[in-house]
Amino acid sequence: MAPNDVVAMPDLRGHFGKFGGRFVPEALMAALDELDEAFRKAMVDPNFLKQLRDLQVNYTGRPSPITEAKRFSEHAGGATVLLKREDLNHTGSHKINNVLGQGLLTQRMGKTRVIAETGAGQHGVATATVAALLGLECVVYMGEEDTKRQALNVARMKLLGATVVPVTNGSRTLKDAINEAMRDWVANVENTHYMLGTVAGPAPFPEMVRDFHRIIGDESREQMLDRFGRLPDVVAACVGGGSNAIGIFTAFIPDSDVRLLGLEAGGDGIETGRHASTIVGGAVGVLHGARSYIMQDDDGQTIESHSISAGLDYPSVGPEHAYLADIGRAEYRSVTDTEAMQAFKLLCETEGIIPAIETAHALAGALEIGKELGPGAIILVNLSGRGDKDVETAAKWFGMNP
Amino acid sequence: MSLLHEVFARAKAENRAVLIAYLPAGYPTEDGAVECIAAMVEGGVDIVEIGFPYSDPVMDGPTIQAAVNISLAGGTKSATVINTVKRVAELGVPTLVMSYWNPIERYGLTEFATDFSAAGGSGVITPDLTPEEAQEWIAATSDKNVERVFLVALSSSDERISKVANVTTGFVYAGAVMGVTGARTSLSDAIEGLVAKVRRHTDLPVAVGLGVSTPEQAKEIAQYADGVIVGSAFVTAIEQGGPAAAKALAQALSKGLTR
Repeated sequence: MAPNDVVAMPDLRGHFGKFGGRFVPEALMAALDELDEAFRKAMVDPNFLKQLRDLQVNYTGRPSPITEAKRFSEHAGGATVLLKREDLNHTGSHKINNVLGQGLLTQRMGKTRVIAETGAGQHGVATATVAALLGLECVVYMGEEDTKRQALNVARMKLLGATVVPVTNGSRTLKDAINEAMRDWVANVENTHYMLGTVAGPAPFPEMVRDFHRIIGDESREQMLDRFGRLPDVVAACVGGGSNAIGIFTAFIPDSDVRLLGLEAGGDGIETGRHASTIVGGAVGVLHGARSYIMQDDDGQTIESHSISAGLDYPSVGPEHAYLADIGRAEYRSVTDTEAMQAFKLLCETEGIIPAIETAHALAGALEIGKELGPGAIILVNLSGRGDKDVETAAKWFGMNP
Repeated sequence: MSLLHEVFARAKAENRAVLIAYLPAGYPTEDGAVECIAAMVEGGVDIVEIGFPYSDPVMDGPTIQAAVNISLAGGTKSATVINTVKRVAELGVPTLVMSYWNPIERYGLTEFATDFSAAGGSGVITPDLTPEEAQEWIAATSDKNVERVFLVALSSSDERISKVANVTTGFVYAGAVMGVTGARTSLSDAIEGLVAKVRRHTDLPVAVGLGVSTPEQAKEIAQYADGVIVGSAFVTAIEQGGPAAAKALAQALSKGLTR
């Protein structure tokens, strides 16, 4: 298969190879068809693209720069680590790229209310932000466990005028927040758009969210050629649902010499069973509307995932990642909580950048592959978010509380 | 004619709608579920739906979520579901399983259809399997006397109803509300229109469920539908009064189904 065929994915019914598709109640099919049609029309409408471009430049602050992490690189086996600074976007992560697109689509569909799930709170904050900007009612579902470990983002969402609903079912994390958002959507689909925050879920979400995030990779590729005169050897990103990773991977998929490296949350370690590495340690199944790699037991019940990072604590993964793993175009590795927190601290102390704990998984992966490749190699890391929200978790981890 | 279709045909001849009851396997316990269902059948339930408890029931409201949690915490496995089907089918009543898709996919489509059929099961309701994704399921069930039941919703277009009708063999399950399972004080006026719309695409029986809980609602639906499906109300009855309460509810619901 030529690499370009990979980019042309999915098929008309949202399949990436055997992954993806739509496994949803019939009550949602009309809304998904409506969304699919609105998305396809918008992406060829010069007015929509102009509106989106204007927001990307003048609201988000795109393009985001690439920073050479010189002192951090000293710990990466002589390889050069470059950081694509999505943490500098308005709201502090890549998540704004997707919600601007979906927010404009919500208006085009004539809907007045948006709902969202959130794990770390980054997508919730981004959704609350765009809802405020566009004058939409906003309800964010967040696992009760996550509202505790990401209290700062809960406060931000409330300040932005959103209603935050703590979800007390199941593991009280991202998975359960998605369940609750889907229940809301089925009941209120007439006036409500579900602003799904990652490249998972039923078609067209994986494709649509990817296309709103691919600007990360499109910019990066151009910046690499302009400034460094070459493409990176490796593009690395953390993968929970996988939106920031798909965002930076997509432009590089046709460049077969560029290795694509996804870093999953290893929690306490794959061997302990307490992790969130669905590609590395899961099996094929259906969860939240799509077929992908999921964490499940012998009876098909979802196994609760574990990670220090609320944003990666999810027992499924975007179907396109499952596909890229299957065909060998991207490689996925697992990074434990401990490895991620070491990389987190290292970036703080060597570059003066506090990354999100999610992002720290990608940084740990970069250190590892840098040591494998040695001097001369260039590793581009998607610095997907900033770590303000994680200060308390990190202080506790490092025993810095008074 | 399959047992399921026989029951619908008999009710039609008697000018009444059938009463279809839902209960998750393993709720309140494995034996308790069978005991309750036996009482419900005595009380007038014509067809039984055994719920396959699942960790992520996105289409269920708080009542069934709680029941499913109790069942899973009690150790319900796939084998429990098949065993429950066997014991309920032995009562002589058409027995279906209602399951989210992943547990069936994990079991193996052919394996599930084979074991379910061997247990005496009549059909499988798959609320999150869209007709577009159903090709392998159709292949796995077509030679095993396992009826397929798919859902239509108030939001379904004629085109979608036609797609659903084409892959359904048991009855068409029409959702009476847009939303999750659970008792509602009022149902949509549009449900009668949806049933009429379905009839333009198929001669299969049409049963109405989701939100239906009271004898008054059942009586009204029986005027135009072939079956009335009640789930959460039975769960609540069992929670409050065990098999006796479930039987009493079945009696109250079935009373009004003759037109």
